[in-house]
Amino acid sequence: MENYYLGVDVGSVSTNLVVIDENNEVVIKKYLRTQGKPIKVLQKGLNEIKQKSGNLKIKGVGTTGSGRQLASVILGSDIVKNEITTHAVAAIQFKKDVKTVLEIGGQDSKIITLKDSIVTDFAMNTVCAAGTGSFLDRQASRLGIDIKDFGNYALNSKNPVRIAGRCAVFAESDMIHKQQLGHNQEDIIRGLCEALVRNYLNNIGKGKDIKPPIVFQGGVAANVGIKKAFENALQTEIYIPKHHDVMGAIGSAILSKEEVKKKGRSKFKGFNITDLNYKVRGIDCNDCANMCEIIEIVADKKTIARWGDKCGKWTNALKGEDQELA
Amino acid sequence: MKITFPHMGNVYIAGKGMLEDLGREVILPPPCSKKTLEIGTKYSPESICLPLKINIGNYIESIERGADTILLTGSCGPCRYGFYSVIEKNILQELGYNVDFIVFDPPEGKPSKLLNSFKKAAGTDNAIKIFKGFYKGKKIIEKADNLTKLSNIKRAHALYPEKVDNIMHDFYKNIEDVHGSNEILSLINYTSKKINSVKEKKQSEYMKVGIVGEIYTIIEPFVNLEIEKKLGHFGIEVEKSLTPSKWLSHHMGLGNIGISEERKKWKAAKPYLRTLVGGHGRETVGSAILYAKEDYDGVIQILPFNCMPEIVAESILPTVQKDYDIPILTLVVDEMTGEAGYLTRLEAFVDLLKKRREEKKNGELLLRG
Repeated sequence: MENYYLGVDVGSVSTNLVVIDENNEVVIKKYLRTQGKPIKVLQKGLNEIKQKSGNLKIKGVGTTGSGRQLASVILGSDIVKNEITTHAVAAIQFKKDVKTVLEIGGQDSKIITLKDSIVTDFAMNTVCAAGTGSFLDRQASRLGIDIKDFGNYALNSKNPVRIAGRCAVFAESDMIHKQQLGHNQEDIIRGLCEALVRNYLNNIGKGKDIKPPIVFQGGVAANVGIKKAFENALQTEIYIPKHHDVMGAIGSAILSKEEVKKKGRSKFKGFNITDLNYKVRGIDCNDCANMCEIIEIVADKKTIARWGDKCGKWTNALKGEDQELA
Repeated sequence: MKITFPHMGNVYIAGKGMLEDLGREVILPPPCSKKTLEIGTKYSPESICLPLKINIGNYIESIERGADTILLTGSCGPCRYGFYSVIEKNILQELGYNVDFIVFDPPEGKPSKLLNSFKKAAGTDNAIKIFKGFYKGKKIIEKADNLTKLSNIKRAHALYPEKVDNIMHDFYKNIEDVHGSNEILSLINYTSKKINSVKEKKQSEYMKVGIVGEIYTIIEPFVNLEIEKKLGHFGIEVEKSLTPSKWLSHHMGLGNIGISEERKKWKAAKPYLRTLVGGHGRETVGSAILYAKEDYDGVIQILPFNCMPEIVAESILPTVQKDYDIPILTLVVDEMTGEAGYLTRLEAFVDLLKKRREEKKNGELLLRG
């Protein structure tokens, strides 16, 4: 029987699950909206995989994304890795000689530069989320069009409008202003795509060595308007992987495969965790002025993990028992 | 007169010891916390840099504990810190707090003014007494900084890094209850011994990261989301380019005769930045270069959002990164207390450094074989 590996990326906007085989080919892929309920969505996704595949032999699990800790506790993962590393791993799998990875997700955007398949530099947006997926989502709904068609509109524009890209709030008011002046929708959308790309390159790409081949991934890579704007700005071809929206999950699955090969066994708790009843309890610790909000994950009345404390008092209290914290 | 001063890393330990030796009553602000930040952001101008917001939080929390006099150092470098004492005084006045400010501004040709401030804070005209207090203060800050340095290295070496955390946690808790320089120094000694006795891993080589950037954000652990602790838990030795004791040795001594560490940094930075850009912008560039020359694995720059001098340095660092082949990560801190994104960057940076080290080793083996 073939061996399979599960990769899970719990992000702010979407939760992605992929199952890959020994050759790193994607067998099953799930892209679900997180909607602020990561545990429920995770269980749902796992359940769907179980039903679709009968009982695949999952030999390893990797988690990534901002909810990687949480996913790891629930699934029992073999490796917990940050999004930057997993995205780089998946991009290398897609294109061996990749030198630059552009990634735009729901709340984050990043750039990764590589040399000989090794990450040499990276950057992530810091205090500002202008130009990420959530922003485009919002503007699409403001214009009353489906986010899926957004890119195509941009391609139809012949005369883009210049929109201020520095800050999402200013971009929005600038866009409204241009609308009131009577510019047509296509031109405004293309202007928005160009503003986003300009902002990305000036902000995240600042001082970075952007060399081809360039791979563009993340949810926003589905947007052909943005792809075109990148190609225009960088004057080179941009490669978009087939599974561009779940690259983080693919990367973590690949890493879990390597980890399990090293360790010899997996910590995966099995598919039946979908039947367990998970509860998240918030505790307000009032022992000092930090007033940390401690999060406690309870599976069928048993506390399986805690985090959120600055001093480590709550987290360490669990460590003595038979708990494992990733 | 009940004296207080803002938090900045270990400075409060020395300030407390020195003033208590002179017989003054000191009210320490509670350790920086979310509450401090909340108070600070509520009463400060929205676009001012983060340190001022924390200062305001510190003052108000101290005033609530009974403080009526605030000590603060001034500055005349072209950076907003130069305005801090004036703005802060104004903010507190407008809020109706009736407190005295004693500001130690650089003398600028009028040493008598600075001397008078010292006399007022010390509560005595006796120069010998003041000098003695000062000497003790300097000793405490050096010892305290050495303790921090020791813990930052030991955390990486420790079999259970939490043990180092616990010892330091106890130290900061107990420091509030000991008084005067002698008691403080003996607590520091005791803690050092305890840290030295923590069991180490069986490993001979450790990765090293140098921290550069804006002085306040480097020094105050609450503001930089305890970066030293986080890196230590990843097994990385941490060295900070700026500490209160280094600052003191430059401004109160060695700087004047031209052999301080700052001078070395200026010299290193010269091909990239030959003039003062305010704050420690020039030192940031110089320190990064010095770390690269000393074979550090990587450099991390920390700055508060919209800090002018550090933005200048930030734009020069990619060139340094290329010229010296050393990875440099820039982290901007602001009011956000969510740590997830911060951890992601640190983790990815550590991954990058580890991979580089492996590659280097493989390369060396190949060359030898």
